[in-house]
Amino acid sequence: MNPANYLILSALLFTIGTVGVLVRRNAIVVFMSIELMLNAVNLTLVTFSRINGTLDGQIMAFFVMVVAAAEVVIGLAIILSIFRTRRSASVDDVNLLKY
Amino acid sequence: MRVDPVLLAATEPGGQPIHYAAASGVFSLSWLVIVLPLAGAAVLLLGGRRTDRVGHIIGTLAAAASFVLGLVLFATLLGRDGDDRALSQHLYSWIPVNGFQVDVGLLVDQLSIVFVLLITGVGTLIHIYSIGYMAHDPNRRKFFAYMNLFLASMLLLVLGNNFLSLYAGWELVGLSSYLLIKFWEDRPAAATAANKAFYMNRVGDVGLALAIMFMFATVGSTSYADVFGAAAAGVIGYGTLTAIALLLLLGACGKSGQFPLQAWLPDAMEGPTPISALIHAATMVTAGVYLIVRAGPIFDGTQAARTVVVIIGAATILIGCVIGCAYDDIKKVLAYSTVSQIGYMFLAVGLGPAGYALGIMHLVAHGFFKAGLFLGAGSVIHGMDDDQDLRHYGGLWRYMPITWVTFGLGYLAIIGFPGLSGFFTKDRIIETAFDKGGTSGYLLGSIALLGAGITAFYMTRLFLMTFHGKPRWSSEGPAAKHPHESPVSMTGPMVVLAVGSVFAGGLFVLGHSLQDWLEPVAGTGVEGVHTFSPVVLTLLTLVVTAGGFAGAYLRYQMRPVESVARPDTEVSLVTFAARHDLFANTFNETVAMRPGQYLTRFLVWLDLVGIDGLVRGSAAAIGGLSGRMRRLQTGFVRSYALSMLGGAVLVVGALLLVRAG
Repeated sequence: MNPANYLILSALLFTIGTVGVLVRRNAIVVFMSIELMLNAVNLTLVTFSRINGTLDGQIMAFFVMVVAAAEVVIGLAIILSIFRTRRSASVDDVNLLKY
Repeated sequence: MRVDPVLLAATEPGGQPIHYAAASGVFSLSWLVIVLPLAGAAVLLLGGRRTDRVGHIIGTLAAAASFVLGLVLFATLLGRDGDDRALSQHLYSWIPVNGFQVDVGLLVDQLSIVFVLLITGVGTLIHIYSIGYMAHDPNRRKFFAYMNLFLASMLLLVLGNNFLSLYAGWELVGLSSYLLIKFWEDRPAAATAANKAFYMNRVGDVGLALAIMFMFATVGSTSYADVFGAAAAGVIGYGTLTAIALLLLLGACGKSGQFPLQAWLPDAMEGPTPISALIHAATMVTAGVYLIVRAGPIFDGTQAARTVVVIIGAATILIGCVIGCAYDDIKKVLAYSTVSQIGYMFLAVGLGPAGYALGIMHLVAHGFFKAGLFLGAGSVIHGMDDDQDLRHYGGLWRYMPITWVTFGLGYLAIIGFPGLSGFFTKDRIIETAFDKGGTSGYLLGSIALLGAGITAFYMTRLFLMTFHGKPRWSSEGPAAKHPHESPVSMTGPMVVLAVGSVFAGGLFVLGHSLQDWLEPVAGTGVEGVHTFSPVVLTLLTLVVTAGGFAGAYLRYQMRPVESVARPDTEVSLVTFAARHDLFANTFNETVAMRPGQYLTRFLVWLDLVGIDGLVRGSAAAIGGLSGRMRRLQTGFVRSYALSMLGGAVLVVGALLLVRAG
């Protein structure tokens, strides 16, 4: 199969994730969109690893997964505690830290 | 670089090697001459009010002890061989840096010992006088402390064996002079006069400091031996030598109240009268003459600088004389008389080795008679309840006989009455000026002669208006005056000084005694052709002096003197100009002071608006900018995300562009 197809898929996934981060208000959905972007990047890394015949990209992808897992734990904890105090998961409501 | 003076002098065929014998015996104590009055000042200043009761005694004893030691040194010098009378004493190394060595040392020689005797002798007399004069002043102790400080500074000035020690003394006498002029600092006029004296002296001191820096740069040392050795050996170029000489002259003009820096001296009369006698007549103001004679080997090498000295001397003689005729304040007349007499000394020392000894002779004689005149004036002022206006005096001889006689002798000495000191010294200066030859000789001689005539006029005017004529004061009514003779502590020194004024001149001149004494330091003039025979010139001088006397006698004795001076609008243009110091103050004000003020104001403005504006402006600009910029922090997470995306896109785009390029 042509490796370019994987890259196109990856680009599509990344774009969807980006748009999701920018347009959605619900923090959980924004979070999921970020995961989508990360995994799109992972796909790219693995694809290039395959194209070049080296393992660098795959190792990188593992790192990204580990970091993403840790990040999800912390991120969800923050979102939960915000929801507990404000009864809302909208990112637009969390705007106290400003000028 | 240190230059060995003996080596230098040896390389030059005609040069005399400069050699000072090492001080031993009593001369190793010569530092005590300076330290005694210094210790007196320290005790009185640090002891504070506790020493109030004995302050005047400690001060006078310190001065007297210094004088006695000076006498011992002088007597020992007399016992030594003529060529072996210069003794140098190394005290300690002041700045011992590699290649830059400044040693502090003393030089006792024929010139400095004359000054030591004059300073401590007249100084002691004036200390004694001040006991009576300042008896009612609550700060008498401080007065004596400052006088002792002055003595120590002045002795350091004349005894140092290098220019840097001289400079230290030079600045310290300036400080003492400042402190003593403003001794009555609650008088605004005294405070202003002190500041004026200090500022104008700074102008001269800058010249002296620059001259010393030139010496460092060219010779690498400031000791007299090194500098004069280098000057005599021709190591210093003519241009540099002239520059050094002219800068020294600037310093001398500042300290000695010579044209164009003469305006501070008359104002300095705001100080107590003993100070006017000691500092502003007998000793400190003659430091300029000392400097020029001491730096003789430098001036010997540059005719240009010497010409300037002569011109300044001649100009100052006339300025002092003319203004002296117009003032009604007894001390100001005497101050301008001092200015003009120091002009005579400058004229003499400007004439070269022929005049050095004459300048010093006139200096010593002037020290006697002018100190005596000032003390007499102080006695009159004391007896007239601090009134200094000549027009309020008159007929005082009946009430103050001792003052009248002593003042009279000083007066006769200054106008050059035959047989008194001024007659010998001034006459010789006039003679030497004529002997210079050529047009310049005639010009200088005529100016000196004219000056002698005007001196006779204004001094006679002063004398007659004070002691003779009808009294212009009243012993009754609200402004009653009760003139009385001063106490013995005041009249005693006046008598001694009067005796000195009578005899000093003759002792100096007869048998060339002082001239021979000073010869190893000052050199000797070549016995040139006399323009006029001395007898003719002496008679001519006497005729001119008598003319000045007669003019004043006719005007101020035969005709009544008004008790109020005529207003400026009714007097002649010359009198008007003289009353305003020949517009010297106006000139200084418009040329130096006002532009200085404008410059200062401009600089303050530049600092406030320019420098501060820059600092505050940049702070305000950054503050304002950040005020606007912080609006970007909206608190909306999604807008942050958008800006991050935009940034990332920009970076990637830029990378791609660079790659593609």
